[in-house]
Amino acid sequence: MTELHKSGAALGEPSAGSPAPTAFLEVRDLKVHFPTDDGLVKSVDGLNFQLEKGKTLGIVGESGSGKSVTSLGIMGLHTAGQYGKRKAQVSGEIWLDGKELLSADPDEVRKLRGRDMAMIFQDPLSALHPYYTIGKQIVEAYRVHHSVDKKTARKRAVEMLDRVGIPQPDKRVDSYPHEFSGGMRQRAMIAMSLVNNPELLIADEPTTALDVTVQAQILDLIRDLQKEFGSAVIIITHDLGVVAELADDILVMYGGRCVERGPAEKVFYEPRHPYTWGLLGSMPRLDRDQTDRLIPVKGSPPSLINIPSGCAFNPRCPYADVPKDDVTRTVRPELQEVGSRHWAACHMSPEQRERIWTEEIAPKL
Amino acid sequence: MAGSPHEGLPATAGPHTVLAYLIRRLFAVVIMVLVVLLATFTIFFMLPKWAGQDVAVLFAGKATGVEQLQGIRIKLGLDDPLLVQFWDFVKGIPMGRDYANGDDVTHCAAPCFGYSFRTEVPVWTTLKDALPVTGALAAGACVLWLLGGVATGVVSALRRGSIWDRAAMTTALAGVSLPIFFTGMVAMGLFVHSFGWVHIADNLSTDDGIGTWFQTLILPWIVLAFLNAAMYARLTRATMLEVLGEDYIRTARSKGLGEGTVITRHALRSAMTPILTVFGLDIGVLLGGAVLTESTFNLPGLGLAAVQAISNKDLPVILGVTLFAALAIAVANLVVDIMYAVIDPRVRLG
Repeated sequence: MTELHKSGAALGEPSAGSPAPTAFLEVRDLKVHFPTDDGLVKSVDGLNFQLEKGKTLGIVGESGSGKSVTSLGIMGLHTAGQYGKRKAQVSGEIWLDGKELLSADPDEVRKLRGRDMAMIFQDPLSALHPYYTIGKQIVEAYRVHHSVDKKTARKRAVEMLDRVGIPQPDKRVDSYPHEFSGGMRQRAMIAMSLVNNPELLIADEPTTALDVTVQAQILDLIRDLQKEFGSAVIIITHDLGVVAELADDILVMYGGRCVERGPAEKVFYEPRHPYTWGLLGSMPRLDRDQTDRLIPVKGSPPSLINIPSGCAFNPRCPYADVPKDDVTRTVRPELQEVGSRHWAACHMSPEQRERIWTEEIAPKL
Repeated sequence: MAGSPHEGLPATAGPHTVLAYLIRRLFAVVIMVLVVLLATFTIFFMLPKWAGQDVAVLFAGKATGVEQLQGIRIKLGLDDPLLVQFWDFVKGIPMGRDYANGDDVTHCAAPCFGYSFRTEVPVWTTLKDALPVTGALAAGACVLWLLGGVATGVVSALRRGSIWDRAAMTTALAGVSLPIFFTGMVAMGLFVHSFGWVHIADNLSTDDGIGTWFQTLILPWIVLAFLNAAMYARLTRATMLEVLGEDYIRTARSKGLGEGTVITRHALRSAMTPILTVFGLDIGVLLGGAVLTESTFNLPGLGLAAVQAISNKDLPVILGVTLFAALAIAVANLVVDIMYAVIDPRVRLG
C-alpha cells in the first residue's frame, strides 16, 4: 500500500512544491506547449513518471503523441537557443538526481547536458555535423565537460569508438559522418553520447533510420552499455518490439498524455487501455497465423490544438460507448492503479477491461 | 560485440580524391576559358564581318586613311583564315604578339590583350594601370560588406521578428534597391560637400600619403559595400535560419555546448558555404570593374576604362576589359570550387 501511496503522489495531481523525490529521475506534471498561429499546440500535457538508475523506461506512442517532445523537454532543449518570440512553454518539474531542472539556471542545465544526461537521436546522418570528423565531434563533447588537452580527448574518443564496436577506431576517428554506414554512424553517435559517462541516456528512436539487420545490433549495444555504465535509459519508439527487448517499464503516450504505464510484462500481457490493445494488435508477430491480418488502430492521431474533450482516444476507441452517460466524451479519465505499479486511464471499470482483454482481444493477437 | 569488422568500410576521401577533384575543376576552368575566348573572338571579329562592317575601321577607332586601314588589316591578319586569326588571338595572351606589316612592327608584350591603334599603347598597359584602383576598391569593399552583411544576417536570424531584425531587413531592402549612382551622389554630397569630413583626391595614389588614399576610397568602399552587404545580410539570415533548424545543431546543444560555440562553430560554419559561393563570384565580377562606383566617384579603374573606351569607340580596349573580366570570373570560380573542398568534406567525393 505504501507503494501505491508513493506512486500515487507522483502520478496524480500536479504536486508542485512537494519535496524533492527519491527517484533518480522524476518528471512531475510536465507540460510542453507551443504557441502557433492556429492556436496552442499541447504536445505534452501533464506527464508524470519516475525512473531509477540502471533501469530502462520505454515510451511508446504514435507520431505526434509527444514522445520526442518529452525527451527534448527533459534535456532542456526546448528553451536552449530558442530566439524567436514564440518560445515553447514548458512547465512542471523535472528532478534529476535531486536537482530540479526547469527552475534551475539555464547555464547549470547546459553543464548537465552531455555530462549527466545525454541523448541519441533518430537519424545519425542528420544529427552529426557533416563538416567535422567523427573524432572532432566526440572530442568536442568530451572537452566541454573535461579540461583536458586535445590529445587526451582524442585518445578517449578512440577508446569510445572501440567500445561501441567500430573497427580500426584509431583510423576511423578521422572519418567524416558521410564516410560511415548508417549502423556505424549510430554507433559513433552512441560513443559520443556516452563519452562523459552520463547517468541518464535518452535514446529517441535510435533504430528507426537503420536497416533491420543493424537494429538488433544497436539495441544489443545499448543494453550492454547500460549494464556496463549503470545509467538510467529512456528509450523512445513507436516500435513495441524495441521496448520488448529493452524496457523494464513502459509508458504509453496518446495525445500528449500518459494513457498506460507499468512494468513491461504487465503492459504486454495484461494491458488495460484500449489504445495499448490497438498498438499490440497492429504489431506483426511471427507466432501469429499468417492468414490473420494486422489490426490497425482506426482513425488518425488527434489534433494537439483541439484535443478531443473527455478521453482523447474516444473518437477512435471501439469501446467508447461501454461506460454510461457519455462519460468518455465529457470527462477526461485520470490514471488509476489497475495492478501492482500498473496504471491506466480509462473510464471502463477494471473488470470490464479485464473481460474485454481476455475474451475479445487476447485471442486475436 | 556485434558488428562484422567490415561493416561500412570506408570510401575515405584520401589525398587522391582531393587531387582528382582539383584536376576535374581545373579542367573545367580551362574549357570555360576556351569558350570565353571563342565567344569574345566571335563577338569582336566575326559578328561585325557578318554584319557587313569593316573590322579594321572598328579597330582603328578614329578617322583613318585607306593606307593606315590597310596597315591595320594586315597587322591584325584580318584576311587570314578565321582559324589562324583565332590562334594568333589566343596565343598572344601567354606569348605576346607582334603586329607586323612588312618592316612596320608593333610589338605587344605578353600578356597581350590587344593593341589600341587609337592611343598607340598595348591594352595591357591600360589594364595594368587601372587594375590596382579596381583591386583596392574591391578589397576594401569586400571586407566591409562580408563582415557587415554576415554579422547583420546572423543577428537578424537569431533575433527573428524583433525590431532589430525588421530594421535591418528594411535597410537591406533599401540597400539592394538603391542604385550606386544615387547612394554615391548622396554620400558625396553629404560627407564631402556639406560636412566636409572627407577630402577626395583627384588621383588615386599613395604619393600624397596613405591618409589621402584612404579618404579617397572610403566613400566608394562604403557605398559599394552597402549594396552588397544588403544582399549578404539577407542571404546570411535565410541560410542561418535554415541551418539553425538542422538536427546537428540540436545535437551540438545536447552535448552541452554554449550558444556561442553552437552558432559560430556549428551553424555559421555550414551557413558559410552558400555565402562563399556568392562571395567568390562577386569578387570575380568586381575585378572586371565596378563600372557604376568607378564612374560615380571618378576612380580610374577597369570599369571607368571600359566606359571611356566605349565612348571613344576604342574597340581593342573594350575587348581587353571584356576578356579580362571573363578571366577574372573563371579564376574566381576555380577558387570557389577549391574553397568548397576545403569547407565541405562531402564535396571531395563528388
